[in-house]
Amino acid sequence: MSFLNNYIYYIGAFGLIFIGLYTILVKHNLIKVIIGLAILDTGVNLFLISVGYITKGTAPIFSRPGIDPEHMVDPVPQALVLTAIVIGVAILALALSLAIRLYQHYGTLNLRKIMEQKW
Amino acid sequence: MILLASFLVVVMLVGAVAACIFRDLISAVIAAALVSLIAAILFYFLQAPDVAMAEAAIGAALTAAIFIIAISRTKRHEQ
Amino acid sequence: MRRIIAILLLIIVAMGINLTLAKIPFGTPKTKVGTHYIKEGIKQTGSDNIVTAVVVDYRAFDTLGEVTVLFIAAIGLGAVLTAGAGVGNRKTQPASMVLYTGCRLLFPLILIFGTYTFFHGGGFQGGAIVASGFLLIYLGCRERRISQRAFILAASLGGLAFVVIGLMGLVFGSYFLLNFLPKSASNMLFSAGVIPIIYAVIGFKVGSELASIIDNLIEES
Repeated sequence: MSFLNNYIYYIGAFGLIFIGLYTILVKHNLIKVIIGLAILDTGVNLFLISVGYITKGTAPIFSRPGIDPEHMVDPVPQALVLTAIVIGVAILALALSLAIRLYQHYGTLNLRKIMEQKW
Repeated sequence: MILLASFLVVVMLVGAVAACIFRDLISAVIAAALVSLIAAILFYFLQAPDVAMAEAAIGAALTAAIFIIAISRTKRHEQ
Repeated sequence: MRRIIAILLLIIVAMGINLTLAKIPFGTPKTKVGTHYIKEGIKQTGSDNIVTAVVVDYRAFDTLGEVTVLFIAAIGLGAVLTAGAGVGNRKTQPASMVLYTGCRLLFPLILIFGTYTFFHGGGFQGGAIVASGFLLIYLGCRERRISQRAFILAASLGGLAFVVIGLMGLVFGSYFLLNFLPKSASNMLFSAGVIPIIYAVIGFKVGSELASIIDNLIEES
């Protein structure tokens, strides 16, 4: 139980990173590769937030007048992940637009067939 | 609380493996949206409410919508 | 063959990560920067939400970089998708009556909720809510189109306003993006200086960027 207590968020984040990396390396379809990129992005964000957690901490917001500032979680990783999520969706949209143009040009999205064609 | 988090992490990993395996691309996109949604719940358990709101709005809704629009302009099934 | 190489590579990466993670146990104490931001946050910026203070005041330059990356991605997507020849007309069915009426009813409510979230929640979250409102319009009632130029104009004005506010900080004080408006007691609308104004501008810009991305993807030329 204490093993789970300590490491469950790390296992989840790294499981996502590995599954995303495997999908990018092995799959042939271009849209499947982009789905792997999305899963990898989510895994990295989850890992960053779970590093900044302290045990029995509270959110870094002064909502009531008597909150103790000693037990708050680290606010810096949360601020960086907030921008990273929005950048991730912009990168996905750009990658999908390139995939649409590839389909219009080659007629297929299979990476092996595209590499064999060579103009 | 830890048991609930462990259960959610297991469901998230199963969903990610399903997104890798499915051949119908729309089903794979829905599995990826499920991964984002459970990640938003885990962000709330890690005491980060702003990040949870952003991930739920952007990862679960807008990413899936952009993927489905792109799939409708290309092929639906893998090869 | 490719799968075996991929699995070997992943095992090597996993071993490296294991060696690194042994030094960071779960629940380590905070960094010194985090402790400093929590202790001095309310006095120096006047905002109750420390994450907002870090995003808009202490690390405002990183937010400016992120907004620039989003702008470049939206413009690049527009350039890639309209350069090619049109695919040809696909037949689309008009939406049913329930969907059409529901979309027209829900769209102003979603816009109001998104604009409220600019001030009480965050700019990025509010921008995502506004963009999903526009997505609802594009899916439900296809006849109402908003021209592409309106979105790009809104995004450009948002970015320009952000840089102008930063330059005004340079004029009034000593550095770019200084928080120069007066701060007052908490729980009032404009008690944190220039932070709510910047966040509203950021939310406006992010919302129009994401809506222009969706508009470019849906458009059939």
